[in-house]
Parts: sequence; structure tokens; C-alpha cells
Amino acid sequence: MGQTIIEKILSSHCGQTARANEIVVARVDYVMGQDGTAPLAINAFKEMDGKEVFDREKVAFVIDHSAPSPNEGVSALHKLMREFTKEKMFRLYDIGDGVCHQLIPESGEVGPGSLVIGADSHTCTYGALNAFSTGVGSTDLAGGLISGQMWFKVPETFKFVCHGTLPPGVFSKDLILYLIGDVTADGATYMAAEYVGEAITALSQEARFTIANMAIEMGAKAGLMEADEKTFNWLRRFTKREFNPVVADRDALYAKVREYDVSKLEPQVAKPHKVDNVAPVSDVAGKPIQQALLGTCTNGRLEDLRIAAGIIANRKIHREVRMIVAPASRQVFLDAMAEGIIQTLVESGAAIVTPGCGPCVGTHNGVPSDGETVISTANRNFKGRMGNSNAEIFLASPATVAASALTGKITDPREFM
Amino acid sequence: MQFNGKAHKFGNDVNTDYIISGKYKFKTLDMKELAKHVMEDLDPDFYEKVSSGDFIVGGSNFGCGSSREQAPLAIKYADVSAVLAKSFARIFYRNAINTGLPVVECDTDQIDQGDEITVNLATGVINNKTKGTVIPIKPLPSVMIKILNDGGLAAHFRKYGGFNFD
Repeated sequence: MGQTIIEKILSSHCGQTARANEIVVARVDYVMGQDGTAPLAINAFKEMDGKEVFDREKVAFVIDHSAPSPNEGVSALHKLMREFTKEKMFRLYDIGDGVCHQLIPESGEVGPGSLVIGADSHTCTYGALNAFSTGVGSTDLAGGLISGQMWFKVPETFKFVCHGTLPPGVFSKDLILYLIGDVTADGATYMAAEYVGEAITALSQEARFTIANMAIEMGAKAGLMEADEKTFNWLRRFTKREFNPVVADRDALYAKVREYDVSKLEPQVAKPHKVDNVAPVSDVAGKPIQQALLGTCTNGRLEDLRIAAGIIANRKIHREVRMIVAPASRQVFLDAMAEGIIQTLVESGAAIVTPGCGPCVGTHNGVPSDGETVISTANRNFKGRMGNSNAEIFLASPATVAASALTGKITDPREFM
Repeated sequence: MQFNGKAHKFGNDVNTDYIISGKYKFKTLDMKELAKHVMEDLDPDFYEKVSSGDFIVGGSNFGCGSSREQAPLAIKYADVSAVLAKSFARIFYRNAINTGLPVVECDTDQIDQGDEITVNLATGVINNKTKGTVIPIKPLPSVMIKILNDGGLAAHFRKYGGFNFD
């Protein structure tokens, strides 16, 4: 019997043939923690009698969730991370470097066939590079830092086959929102998702990250794709390392398979307060907004900023809308400046904040007021997510967010294309 | 392990932002402080209402969302003895076991708000004393039983210096 992508990656890291539902202890290639999870992991590391990290080149902490620090409580936790990484002599990405899920792919340490754990639920993002990467908590992170290993229940796989061509004005964000709406927030719980089909291979590498990033929003442990020339071209900018792509066997066993034709898909939104509360943008068009967020680990990449700038160029952000832009990394910020994208956005009235998570997790950089409505390119719209439980959040593509920022109400981006 | 207490009922998809909001969890490692805000966005008075030993009872997909370990810890430090749900999101489930918060998969439709219940992890059953019914518990994977018995993952590592499930 053949194997799925995740069974193969786990097999190559645990020294035995891994099959769905078995428990394995696997070697990990990279371990990451961020400022919301690393401080507790430092405590757990000490509690475990940890001495050193297993390999200084294969671990990193990232200060991205509240960067720069908005208050003294956060400052103390950042200081703890700076001291720990200095003492244990491993890499710290500090304020201004960007979001962990952009930085780890940019590090060149992760690619096809890699196994990564990160103490952040959106670690599944690197599945777009054909890697098995998954989120863990702080105690698991500490265990990984010490041992270079992690235990896993080998997940069953849910295959999403996406046929057809996305229409103009409809993007990978719209597709993943649609899929989440279809299978719901726990439709793939405990499972690995594999995204295949010509609609997936037609996407740019950057657009693929958006889909893998949101696999967790359907409960999945991983969101995997096959690697192709686009993947290797993207990686070549950051590393000379060779990776071996992992493909599923033809006779691999899938727990579920669902087929879609994306050719008639419309731009989608997730309505408050659940990510699987998905509807076509036409259902909510005209709803006034007060804030628009472009950025995050879901949609803060160069291509996302370029799409938004293309819509906003030579126009003005609506006077009653605050548009906040958080580039996903320092590199994305630099590239966007070199291309004139930042100039375009700033001239139109947008506010640029430090590369990082921005206002997505509600700690700083744009907490909405009571009764306000936000349209955001992020991945979660839970009540209170952006720091105020009396505000509403709609999730959408960078194009929909840009179009809505111009009109002051939720708007189908195809009106501007 | 046997626990007695009152059920505090919640719906499906209780996410980690609702369990402990990001606006609090990034500021401090003081779990007693965080516990005061547990479930606040779903029930602002929850911390006042809950008594030592009580249970949080959810529907499906309890603990979905972020990887924050502050979520099970805030529940534990609010003196909740266990979380009962039809199903759990996987990161929350791991985090709860690793930090020693019992999580119990069972048919929570048989439990209503305020029911007096007894959860017996050793025998694998729940007694709903208010309704006079018995509800079976879905067993934990053996690896998780080992971690729980060792007193959590940190204690497991202190004992073995790494993962040891042989």
C-alpha cells in the first residue's frame, strides 16, 4: 500500500514506515518559537533540566506578535527571550525582522521533505513548500529544543482536489476561505490536508502559502502541497541547499477526498465571528467599515502588497477608513519599497507599521473601537481577536480589503479591475 | 483520579482567544492573573461563578485556534478540574496533557448547565448525578496516559531526559 506525503515525511524522520494512526517519535529539522509562546517554553526548558538546545543552527525565536513592545509586561518577556537566546547562542529575530512564518521560509532552512515544529498554530504555512510543519505549545517546544525530537500521531489525510482556473479578481485567499466554509472549522481535525489539482499548481508560490497557512482553520495538523519549479525558484533566492520533493503514491490511502471546480468562484469573506462563516462578498457588499488591515502571515507578502497597490494606485483611501499595512518581513518591506508599492500605499493614505503580526492579535498597532467593523487579510476573526470584543472582523483577500478601503464599505474588488 | 463539581456549559468551537484573550496573555507569565480573565469574552462573570473543582463542558472542536499554552493553564489556575467536550482541537489537547489539565472526550449532550457530575478517569466513566445517568469516556492514546502519569511532559523529560514511550 502506498503512502501519503505526510506518511512519507514522517517515515523519513522516524526510521520506520509510518502509517496513519500510529504513534511515532520523529527527528525534527527546525524548531521555532515566538513572543507569545517562547517565554513559557523557557520556563518549561528549565523545568525539564534542559542544558543546551539540540542544534544551534536549527532553532530560532522570533519577536513578532507585539513588536516593538507596547508595554512593560511585554518588554519583560522580550528581554527574557533576548537573554535566553544569547545564553544558549541561537538565533533571535528581533523587532522589525517580520512574522515568523515569513522568516522561517526566507531562512532557507526549510523546504521539501523538512519536518518543522513551531510554537504557533500557523506553522502549517510551510506545507506550501512541501514540508510537514505543525504548531505545538510551549512545553512541546521546550521538548523539541532539548531533544530535537517530537512525538506525533501519524495523521490521516484529507485530499482537496481543485480543478479549473480561478477567475480574474479571485485569489488563493478566496479559495481557502471557500474550502473552510465548505468543510467547517473542524472538518479536517487531527488530519493532514493535501491540496492538489491544476487550480493549486497554477498559483504562485506566494499565493500557495496563503492556503497552507489557513489549514489550521479547518482543524488540520498540516496543509501540504507538492513541490514544483515555482517552489524551487522561490527557495533558490534564499538557499543553495538541495531538497528532494515528496509526492504521494498513486495508491496512497486517503481518509477523505473532496473535488471542487473553482472556475465560477466569487471573491469570498469570512463573516464575524467564525472563520468558517463564509459567504460571497456580494452577500455583505455595502457594509460600512472603519479599518482595513493588509498584512499578517496569511497575506503580508510582496504579491499581496502588489495586488492591493494595483487597486489603490492614484486613488485615495476613504476618509473614514484607517488602512494599516504590515509587511510580512523586512525583505518584503524592502522589495515593496524598491517596487514603489510602499510609495503608492502611503500616498493613498495608508499607515505602514513595523513588519510583524501588526494588529492581528489585538495587542497593539490598531485596536478597533466598540461597534466598529474591520476588514482584514488575516486568518482569524474571533470575537475580541483584535483586542476589542465589541468590534466585528471580516476576513478577505488583499484585493477585497484594498477595494473596501477605497469605498469605505465592503466592496467586490472586480469593480476596480 | 476522581473529580466532583458542577458543569459550566459552552457551545461548539470555543477558541483559545475566548479561553484567554491575546490582549492579556502576551503581557505576563502570572497564570493566577490570567485565570481571572478565563472565558471572559463568552461569559464576563465566569471567574466569579466557577467553584474549585468545577468542569468546563464544551461541544465539538474545543480549544481551536492558536497554540497558546496559556489557554489550558488559565483554565487549570481557575481551579477547573477538567474540560469535557465531544472533540478537541489537537494543539489544545496536547497542551492540556503536557501541562496536566485532564481533557475528556465524551458525549456532552448528556450534560446540562449546572449539572452535578463526577468524572472518574481510572474507570473511564462520568456520573451525571443530577440526571442519574452514566456517560462513557473515550480513552486517551497510550502515549498521553504515560505523559499524564509521569506528571506532564516536563516531569517526563526530567525522568527520562527525552521522549521515552517504550
